[in-house]
Amino acid sequence: MSILSLFVLIPAAMLLCLFLCKGTKAIRAVMVAGASALLALSLVLVGLFVKERAVSDTAMLFTQDIVWYAPLNIHYAVGVDGISVLMLVLSAAVTFGAVFSSWSMSRHYFMWFCLLITGAFGFFISTDLFTMFMFYETALIPMYLLVGVWGTGRKEYSAMKLALMLMGASALLLIGILGIYFTSGHTTMNIVELAEQQIPLAHQRWIFPMMFIGFGTLCALFPFHTWSPDGYASAPAAVSMLHAGVLKKLGAYGCFRVAVSLMPQGAHEQAWIFLILSGAGVVYGALCAVRQTDLKYINAYSSVSHCGLILFAIMMLNGTAMRGAVLQMLSHGLTAALFFAVIGMIYGRTHTRDLREMGGLMRVMPFLSVSYIIAGLASLGLPGLSGFAAEMTIFVGSFQHPEILHRVLSVVATGSIVITAVYVLRAVGKVFYGPVQNEQHLQLTDAAWYDKIAIVVLMAGIGLIGLVPSSLYNLIENGLGPILRQPGAS
Amino acid sequence: MIPMEYYLTVSTLMFFIGVFGFISRKNLLAVLISIELILNSVEINFSIFNRYLYPDHMEGMFFSLFGIAISAAESAVAIAVIINIYRTTQNIDVRQINKMKN
Amino acid sequence: MAFTLFILLIPLCVFLLLALSGKRLSAGVTGVIGTLGMAVVAGLSCFSAYRYFFVIGQSGGNFPALVPFSFEWLRFTDTLSIDLGILLDPISVMMLTVISTVSLTVHLYSVGYMRGEQGFQRYCAFLSLFTFSMLGLVMATNIFQMYVFWELVGLSSYLLIGFYYTKPAAVAASKKAFIVTRFADLGFLIGILLLSYCTGTFDFGELTANNGLLVIGSTTGMAFLGLSAASWALALIFIGGAGKSAMFPLHVWLPDAMEGPTPVSALIHAATMVVAGVFLVARMFPVYYFAAHDVLMLIGYVGAFTALFAAVVAVTQTDIKRVLAYSTISQIAYMMTALGVSGFSGPDGLGYTSSMFHLFTHAFFKALLFLGAGAVIRAVHSNEMSRMGGLRKHLPVTHVAFLVACLAIAGIPPLSGFFSKDQILDAAFHHDKVLFVALWLVAGLTAFYMFRLYYNIFWGKERTYEHKPREASWTMLVPLGILVVLTAVTGFFPFSKFISSDDMGYAAGINRGVAASGVAVALIGILAARMLYRKENDRPAQLAARMGGFYRAAVEKFYIDEVWMFVTKKVIINCVARPLAWFDRHVIDGVLVDGTGRLTEKIAGSIKGMQSGQVQYYALVFIAGALAVAVWAIYI
Repeated sequence: MSILSLFVLIPAAMLLCLFLCKGTKAIRAVMVAGASALLALSLVLVGLFVKERAVSDTAMLFTQDIVWYAPLNIHYAVGVDGISVLMLVLSAAVTFGAVFSSWSMSRHYFMWFCLLITGAFGFFISTDLFTMFMFYETALIPMYLLVGVWGTGRKEYSAMKLALMLMGASALLLIGILGIYFTSGHTTMNIVELAEQQIPLAHQRWIFPMMFIGFGTLCALFPFHTWSPDGYASAPAAVSMLHAGVLKKLGAYGCFRVAVSLMPQGAHEQAWIFLILSGAGVVYGALCAVRQTDLKYINAYSSVSHCGLILFAIMMLNGTAMRGAVLQMLSHGLTAALFFAVIGMIYGRTHTRDLREMGGLMRVMPFLSVSYIIAGLASLGLPGLSGFAAEMTIFVGSFQHPEILHRVLSVVATGSIVITAVYVLRAVGKVFYGPVQNEQHLQLTDAAWYDKIAIVVLMAGIGLIGLVPSSLYNLIENGLGPILRQPGAS
Repeated sequence: MIPMEYYLTVSTLMFFIGVFGFISRKNLLAVLISIELILNSVEINFSIFNRYLYPDHMEGMFFSLFGIAISAAESAVAIAVIINIYRTTQNIDVRQINKMKN
Repeated sequence: MAFTLFILLIPLCVFLLLALSGKRLSAGVTGVIGTLGMAVVAGLSCFSAYRYFFVIGQSGGNFPALVPFSFEWLRFTDTLSIDLGILLDPISVMMLTVISTVSLTVHLYSVGYMRGEQGFQRYCAFLSLFTFSMLGLVMATNIFQMYVFWELVGLSSYLLIGFYYTKPAAVAASKKAFIVTRFADLGFLIGILLLSYCTGTFDFGELTANNGLLVIGSTTGMAFLGLSAASWALALIFIGGAGKSAMFPLHVWLPDAMEGPTPVSALIHAATMVVAGVFLVARMFPVYYFAAHDVLMLIGYVGAFTALFAAVVAVTQTDIKRVLAYSTISQIAYMMTALGVSGFSGPDGLGYTSSMFHLFTHAFFKALLFLGAGAVIRAVHSNEMSRMGGLRKHLPVTHVAFLVACLAIAGIPPLSGFFSKDQILDAAFHHDKVLFVALWLVAGLTAFYMFRLYYNIFWGKERTYEHKPREASWTMLVPLGILVVLTAVTGFFPFSKFISSDDMGYAAGINRGVAASGVAVALIGILAARMLYRKENDRPAQLAARMGGFYRAAVEKFYIDEVWMFVTKKVIINCVARPLAWFDRHVIDGVLVDGTGRLTEKIAGSIKGMQSGQVQYYALVFIAGALAVAVWAIYI
């Protein structure tokens, strides 16, 4: 059995254990053990991958292929390249943080939580379109319940909207997958094999937008992003973390792995449409964030803006920008998770997320405040933190594009760095600085030890990517190579 | 010999009388009787087609017999259902019986 | 010269140590760690300057650019990558000594000034972070490394301005500083992108080699709106510099930045960070001169206008730190103008040399002014001139130090300011008479407002103070002493021997005529100030009344802040962001998304009548359907 299957088996085993065990302590033990195992496993995988990569040059490593449903050539096929390894590490880190920041939740919550991460991990290891799709759905459905049952505010509405929009998107995906299956001229669902086939251009023209919009919706592609502000605002902290940190990356990874890499010519032809959409989303999301008064809405719109940048970079279809896109996926995953974790912890204490009702929290909860500020600095692209390396790679890469439209759009996208500074500093100034607004807030406590663990793990990732971005260079390059060598990609 | 068309005319008339009754009658028992009419018209057709077109075979006749048996069983069940409906609602007006909706 | 790496590493380590050790260190230990670290850095910097200028010296006629250390930090494309390294050439070595010396004095001064303040450790950590970033900035080997550290100094400036984070004014000022400079940095970034797109390199060495040949060669034929690509790129890069160096109209953040602690103002907002823009233009000078001479002219005019503008505003301000802030803007603009009027190579490059020279001397006397002002503020607990007067008896040492600094900035020989200012005026005189007249006027105004400040603080009528003003402690006076000495002697350095536009060195003399006119106008300014302010009288008020609207406008800083507020709040926030947020909620979400939901509901509502529950109705439909099928089957 491939080591990769463990990524699905561990969460499944956690789910099983939760069925059996009773009592808060036991539940926490299961969750912490499972999350730590996943994190350790993902780090081990990096080591193994590097070692294995040195001696093997196939596109995917640690592959395993089990026929699942022969008539339609559906296989349980797994395998990873450099990018999926990084996505697995990201997911494991965010999961780890999410477990610690949902410390006081109930058993049923954690059961859905486990199902959700099973889907997320499964998606990243799959190399079979159908298995991928199945894991994708597995990740989506628990989301509905997690938001609808354990959320706050207009939770039913948000959960419904989130679920319906993403289901609508996955309907497009299903059609697209069938389209690929029947038009590739090679009855297979395996991505690696499909990548070697040429899907006829006429078919790429209609399948590509379906796949890109389908996955793009999950990555908050403008104008299909509105599920995300409401969804994040209503979801419990850990679910917002997982959604912004991992599930959005599912969308971006799908755009990248399926839409662009299987249909390069289609992508090339239609790049301008999606560049305009995602470029608009970058600025649009940032500007919307400026006007919000709810901390979670600010970060939800910020996430629309940053994820727009990922899609923008992917559609630039050149190596540098795509490398930036992968870095941005990691960076945004960690930063957004940190943001939502800290907001959740603050909300748990103040019971408000409204900027106007808070102030001077720096004196009351210095640790949480500093964490929020660091997350903010990372998201506004401060050198030394992850956002800078990612955004600069994207900007330089997209500005090197030979076409003038692409360069103009890159200039527009760079404008977001100013707007990001505005909304981040506005929130920081209102919430953490200034005099204490509410006398009762003076009684509040700072982060507990489990909160600190969650924060420190995420922050370590942010710092690592920010300080030594070149350490990820080989892993990313390795995954990009096959895609960039394809005809149609420039 | 009486031409086949005569029989068919009778059965068609019976069929449509049954259909009309099924759609327009309010009383469940009347609806049931209408169904019987439809079934009987079909059985007549089976017998006639068998007799006139394939005199050497007996399948049509057998099928009629089956049909009679089934319609008997069906009336028994239907009447039981009707009695039960009557017991619960004091009423066998088919238009009032839409409790399953909602 | 590999030991220069430690110049960067020591402040970084101090920062990490202070930032990560929580609240376990006492104020004394913190101060010692910070000051000692800085002392070592200052020693190393001076040693490296000695080694660079005297031991290695000129080879083949010019000072070589050394890169003792460099590694690739982030690779973009085959040719483009951010390298982090150390570049030693005359101006970076000069900047090293300036930054580390001023930083050392400020650290020492802070120990006294910040006594008893909450969060001294945080303060020291931020100061170290700033010093690290600033040193990294000046030693950058390539333009992207400069941008990296450029952002980091912006951050440390933000953190230090907002040091008193419970004070809303400080929070607003820090936010303003960050956002205004970030806006300018956007120009810088786009400029870098454009430049690297054309030339395929970030490296200063490659960009400036052969008189900017690479830039000229790679941008020929590319033009937009009548300006060449090189001009666009360099103009955009200048916007970055203008933001940091507070050039009009991006200067609005600097006066507000005075909300930070006074030593911070001395270090960051007077001596070092705000001259980064000048340094940037100087660093790229050959490129500006050869590839985009139109931009260089623009820089000259922007500089001269800013210098005049800020000097006029400085005359009317009553907050002593704000006077100093406008004075800083004016002096930096002086340096910018000097670059704008400079020629290239040999004595033609006097503007370049004098700009750097003025940067060098200005750092010391402006730091001295700020630290002196800090001592005054500490003594009387106010920034307002109206709360001060007759302090020369209470603060004798501070008084002398402040006077020296005022004379230096006014350009009175033999203090350092005289030499550098004279060279700038000389360069302007030979290049452009209009700019010369502007700068000459500014020199007079500078002398006037500095002595207005001086007389108002130390002379005039004595005020009633809460408690008797006391001279500051030795930790604050020693730095003042060091800076007084530096202010007095640095003017005699044969600066042009070491720093010149072509790194060859030459001997610059004093142009007697220009020098005499400069000193004369300064003396007029001083005398005017003496007449108006030495003794309390109503002449200033009368003068102000006679000036009428112009005076009011100058007091209100010519309403530039209001214009910015209008543009950002009214136009961008209210006319763009707010409608967009509304559009998102009500159009994209309300109409498109919820609309789809409502449409589905409506359609479902209208067809659900078909499911009536009437069995006879179903039968009717069924039969109709069956008949339709029959008809279809038979006839079609």
